[in-house]
Amino acid sequence: MITYADACRVINDSRGEAVSVTTMTQTKYWNQISTEPDLDVGIANAMSKASSVALGVALGDTDRSVLCLDSDGSLLMNFGTLATIAGMAPKNLYHFVFNNGIYSITGGQPLPTAGVEYAKAAEACGYASAHCFNDIESLDSALPDILSSDGPVLIELIVKGEPQSEGVDQTWDSNAGLPNQLRALRKRLTGTDDWGPGGPYI
Amino acid sequence: MINGVLHPKNVVAQLVQQRVSHYVTLPDSETAHMYEALMAEPSITVVPVAREGEAIPVAAGLFVAGQNPVISIQNAGLYEAGDALRGLALGIGLPLVMFIGYRGHNRKGDTPDSAATFLEPFLHMWRVDYFVVESDDDLDLVPLAFERAAKTNQPFAVAIGTEYAKGDE
Repeated sequence: MITYADACRVINDSRGEAVSVTTMTQTKYWNQISTEPDLDVGIANAMSKASSVALGVALGDTDRSVLCLDSDGSLLMNFGTLATIAGMAPKNLYHFVFNNGIYSITGGQPLPTAGVEYAKAAEACGYASAHCFNDIESLDSALPDILSSDGPVLIELIVKGEPQSEGVDQTWDSNAGLPNQLRALRKRLTGTDDWGPGGPYI
Repeated sequence: MINGVLHPKNVVAQLVQQRVSHYVTLPDSETAHMYEALMAEPSITVVPVAREGEAIPVAAGLFVAGQNPVISIQNAGLYEAGDALRGLALGIGLPLVMFIGYRGHNRKGDTPDSAATFLEPFLHMWRVDYFVVESDDDLDLVPLAFERAAKTNQPFAVAIGTEYAKGDE
């Protein structure tokens, strides 16, 4: 079984200048190690939609890889995204699913059903390829080749659950920071700083 | 539904004029002919989604990457997309024009379709400004919708209050 910290470290090692779209517990660990904060977006505000935002970025900037660090619980809330992504078939989208079988940030309650095989589901929907890893060494060894293959690719990671007793940075602070993160990303991707203020958090 | 005629090709022409890059949509019965017209327009990429709640997040990602998307979903789908509207449109200040199929709309207000009954109260509640387009005569509102979205950095709805005509009929 893989830890969140190890998974994020290994993914970051192969990241290059890819955009990252994270959610839930992954965001906490990713923010601790990322060296490209202008290319990071943590989607807490609109739970389950990280993969949809990642798809939009991937379709909008086809020259740059996009890594989505999704969760099993989040994906179950937005399961149709697998079909949508497969249909658009972005070659630059790499969809990681951290599978721990629980809702970590609410205290570790189980998902509606255990044992969903997300890699198989992605393959059935039509992803270019899908993989499942339950040890960090195998992930570390395979990831460079995976990230140089054509997407969309789903990489399922069997991770050790970390139920939170006090919650993680998913609420007010992260919601308030999201508009600025998105503006920084747009500036980085387009080279222009033309998205003015708007919305309640700015 | 309204008796006025709304031709898809005229709406597509408005989208081209606004340099729309992507049309993120889940088709509904009212907009079927719009889908056909869009598939024939090479400058706009159609992005079909499996559920309406995906449309705004996909559009947000496209916008962040420098594109100029719109979404098109039915009123019933907009209700399903409420959390995305809150978090990834209103909450981030996304200048997004949203074409909303106004299923059940008529001018008499006596529709038995609750999807229509709730649309305008829903938009008011979420503080989303909107126009209602019922025929080709209303299409001058479309550029205004883009202007308002851009000026306010907020989503703006264009409620399509009639079925799109088939071809040039």
